[in-house]
Amino acid sequence: MLSIKDLVASVEEKQILKGLNFEVKPGEVHAIMGPNGSGKSTLASVLAGREEYEVNSGSVTFNGEDLLEMSPEDRARAGIFLAFQYPVEIPGVSNANFLKTAVNEVRKSKGLEALDSKQFLKVMQEKMKLVEMDKTMTQRSVNEGFSGGEKKRNEIFQMAMLEPSLAILDETDSGLDIDALRIVSNGVNALRDGKRSFIVITHYQRLLDYIVPDHVHVLYKGRIVKSGPKELALELEEKGYDWIKEEVDSSVNA
Amino acid sequence: MSTSTLNNSSAESFTQAVDHFRELYGNHLPAQKSLQADAAAVFIQLGIPTTKHEEWKYTSLAVLAKNTYRSVNPSDNCSLSKSDVASLALTNDTLLYVIENGKFNASASNANALPKGITVGSLAEMAGDARVQAHLMKHADFSDESLVALNTALTFDGIVIIADAKTECATPIQIAVVNNTAGEALNIPVRILVIAEKNAIVNVTETHHSFGSKSPVLVNVVSEVVIAEQARVNYIKLQDEDQNTCHVNYHKVNMARDSYQHISTLTWGGGLVRNNLNIRLDDVNCTSYLNGLTIAKDYQVIDHHTVVDHAMPNCYSNELYKGIIDGHAQGVFNGKIFVRKDAQKTNAFQSNKNVLLSDDASMNAKPQLEIFADDVKCSHGATTGQIDEEALFYLRARGIGEVSGRALLNHAFAADVIEQIPDENLKSALLDRLTARLNA
Ligand SMILES: Nc1ncnc2c1ncn2[C@@H]1O[C@H](COP(=O)(O)OP(=O)(O)OP(=O)(O)O)[C@@H](O)[C@H]1O
Ligand SMILES: [Mg+2]
Repeated sequence: MLSIKDLVASVEEKQILKGLNFEVKPGEVHAIMGPNGSGKSTLASVLAGREEYEVNSGSVTFNGEDLLEMSPEDRARAGIFLAFQYPVEIPGVSNANFLKTAVNEVRKSKGLEALDSKQFLKVMQEKMKLVEMDKTMTQRSVNEGFSGGEKKRNEIFQMAMLEPSLAILDETDSGLDIDALRIVSNGVNALRDGKRSFIVITHYQRLLDYIVPDHVHVLYKGRIVKSGPKELALELEEKGYDWIKEEVDSSVNA
Repeated sequence: MSTSTLNNSSAESFTQAVDHFRELYGNHLPAQKSLQADAAAVFIQLGIPTTKHEEWKYTSLAVLAKNTYRSVNPSDNCSLSKSDVASLALTNDTLLYVIENGKFNASASNANALPKGITVGSLAEMAGDARVQAHLMKHADFSDESLVALNTALTFDGIVIIADAKTECATPIQIAVVNNTAGEALNIPVRILVIAEKNAIVNVTETHHSFGSKSPVLVNVVSEVVIAEQARVNYIKLQDEDQNTCHVNYHKVNMARDSYQHISTLTWGGGLVRNNLNIRLDDVNCTSYLNGLTIAKDYQVIDHHTVVDHAMPNCYSNELYKGIIDGHAQGVFNGKIFVRKDAQKTNAFQSNKNVLLSDDASMNAKPQLEIFADDVKCSHGATTGQIDEEALFYLRARGIGEVSGRALLNHAFAADVIEQIPDENLKSALLDRLTARLNA
């Protein structure tokens, strides 16, 4: 489904991703962990098509197509969803209106008829239940004045509405209280259907108790330096990153 | 104050027009004879303002030199019918009156069922009425406003709206001001008088449109709005003319004690538009809202000058102006707030926010607070920025195309001004028109 080969990317002349290889198959859940500043959000941004991030070399294909040639909106329409680490506030645009526009643009790109207000409302109510979202939140401006946790929950709500085939969750667990963590995880798990894939970026093994990954990777200095089964997350929780950093840094120096 | 004139044919041609008009028609309104004569003299002395004039620094009327404008006069006939103007009505229930080239067009107007206590009529016919005489040309001071003087000198018709004491008229009274040209450049004075007597409530909407050959016009509007004790006036100006229109608009509001006024000036048409809003809070406990919106593109110049004059204690004013400037367009906002010595316990707020959509678009914003009282709360802020790229990316990342994403953000930014309008029907009609304008 997603295939990243030797990806080198930079922002403001600074190289962040330095030859990254990564493969996601349909239905898989991949967790990406790694120290602060290692390039996790950069990877997510490059996949979503943020323009400040320049791809210097390498390739990314999504369902056989060259993802890097596509505009951000075309990537979203093709089924990529990024739950932002820092969701943006958009004053004056109601959550409901925003989502209706988004859902219908995605449908249009697939040759489907636009949902009318009634149909849309029905879908929205269903998905609101999934993430236990309050009705008033949909009437408010997108993320405006939302608490940190509410913003994260809103990301998952949007994901549920847009039904992507590959969802990238960038630290969706940070800032969530214990109940919200469970709600968000349940939301994600409910969308696991054997075909939909997830890339879950997180610092905490705790989330992975709820959303159990098929693979765990460590991103360090712009590369995937270690991959393993879900137990790798436990090991990292216990030992930190120093042992991995040492391994990598000594092999580079050697 | 500078009295320099355009050093070219333009000022002369207007001066000649005033002379010529007076020769042919005298001072057309007998009851205002001496005021009109004074105004003519003032205009002939001041002429058309140039950019040397402090208040006209960013807005040049040099465009007026490009044509010779014929001043419309009492012998011009109206030609528009009800069906021609039907689409101008903002809401289904609106009481629609038409001013065509400065003249009250009764046959195109569509307002059979005027509520009791409301009088609407041609200014030419009503200028001699005692209530009209008491106010007409008495509030919009022309002594140092040459364009008000020009309007006052040339006025021969217009519209009068009077709400008798205790009359409540929730139905919007719409004045559709139409420029209807036939290949000839016109100088069109438009005169409006609104009187809300004690405890009256009225809802007036002044909309501006172009018809016919869309030849160059100077539309020179002067409105006087007189609000008596405890009366309330909701007012909307929608300026939606073609780009051959040069529109100057002077709106004077005089507020008595415990009165309320809410005005929204929505400007998205016209080649050059200059609005002067002058609100005088002349007694205690007045509440005044001024909102404005500029949507400019191409080479449009849209200028809002506002003066909120707090003369007496315990009054409140709140002003929100926003602008979206695209292409080579230019926006101007100049907001003056005076708090006079006696105006203790004044609350006066002002905010001006602008978005420039292109590198060639520009905005000049100048808030000016002059406070002579000590126990007051005042604030102002002006910002000019670009479209929020982070927000745009967020929308695109959800599948919304770049063009619709920009439209959605611009609409949200601008709708904020229209959302303040108290009347729900007018609000939703104007939001629809905003959408259409942003997609044009
Ligand atoms: N727009 C930008 N301008 C300048 N530097 C940037 C920009 N975006 C990212 N960087 C830098 O790139 C590096 C990687 O950042 P990134 O956000 O990808 O890290 P991360 O792995 O997501 O970290 P965290 O765990 O703290 O979220 C950091 O050093 C960061 O400062
Ligand atoms: Mg990050």
